[in-house]
Amino acid sequence: MASLKKFFFIKARDFVHAGEASIHIQSLLKSMHWDPVLIRRVAICSYEGEMNVVIHGGDGVLNLSIENDRLIIEIIDDGPGIQDISLAMQPGYSTASDEAREMGFGAGMGLPNMKKNADDIQIESEPGIRTRASMTFLLESPKETP
Amino acid sequence: MRVRELVEGFNLKPIAGEQGLDREVKGGYCGDLLSDVMAKAPVGCIWLTVQGHLNIVAVAVLREMAAIVITGGREPDVETVQKASQEQLPVLTWPHSSFELAGRLYALGVGAAPTP
Ligand SMILES: Nc1ncnc2c1ncn2[C@@H]1O[C@H](COP(=O)(O)OP(=O)(O)OP(=O)(O)O)[C@@H](O)[C@H]1O
Ligand SMILES: [Mg+2]
Repeated sequence: MASLKKFFFIKARDFVHAGEASIHIQSLLKSMHWDPVLIRRVAICSYEGEMNVVIHGGDGVLNLSIENDRLIIEIIDDGPGIQDISLAMQPGYSTASDEAREMGFGAGMGLPNMKKNADDIQIESEPGIRTRASMTFLLESPKETP
Repeated sequence: MRVRELVEGFNLKPIAGEQGLDREVKGGYCGDLLSDVMAKAPVGCIWLTVQGHLNIVAVAVLREMAAIVITGGREPDVETVQKASQEQLPVLTWPHSSFELAGRLYALGVGAAPTP
């Protein structure tokens, strides 16, 4: 498997372009004939990570890399960060604004869904400075179908 | 079953993405919380929601949906219509509740298919 690296900018509060990086990655993986179930897991994770930057974060970047037996999505944003990561990971926990909630965001399910669909997830944050979420997908490890 | 047959059968109003009306409907889902829909909507489904803003298009594309129905007499935003047209994704409207349409679709056999 050849290695591949790509990056996408994500702009905070830009609801017009939100999701485009994930759609781009999905079509790229389809053109490479990846397993559809794996593509769906990646799509859930990249979308939720991308939307978290748009809704909660600051401007950021999504790095996609494929090396040997793994695909890694790393999302870094220069935003307010997360004070308590284990609290943020709990299903239902959300600090989304009323405006975001009216749009159907803020169920507090994004991070739990990312955790469920990635083979490994690392979230680090320096409050007031930045947040980094890195998700790894192994190419031969069937997880539960999303 | 094709999206077109449901449009004709239930008088759903196509607002965008008419090019996609021959897509096959492989299931159904109702939901207005995007992270719930993103995680659980069956691939190839018809999605009933009250949300009409632009971000529903990305969810539908990423979940490889057949069509979106905006229910409750709501209309999609202009940007939603533009984006859905680009993606050739049918966006339909229905004047009554999601519940009423879901019941009819289910009775017709839509939604009985398991998630692939
Ligand atoms: N990039 C980020 N920067 C700052 N805070 C974040 C970031 N990502 C997540 N959070 C915090 O973690 C919380 C939980 O995130 P999660 O994605 O699980 O839920 P949500 O985004 O609030 O709702 P949903 O994803 O269901 O629409 C958020 O409400 C927010 O407080
Ligand atoms: Mg989220």
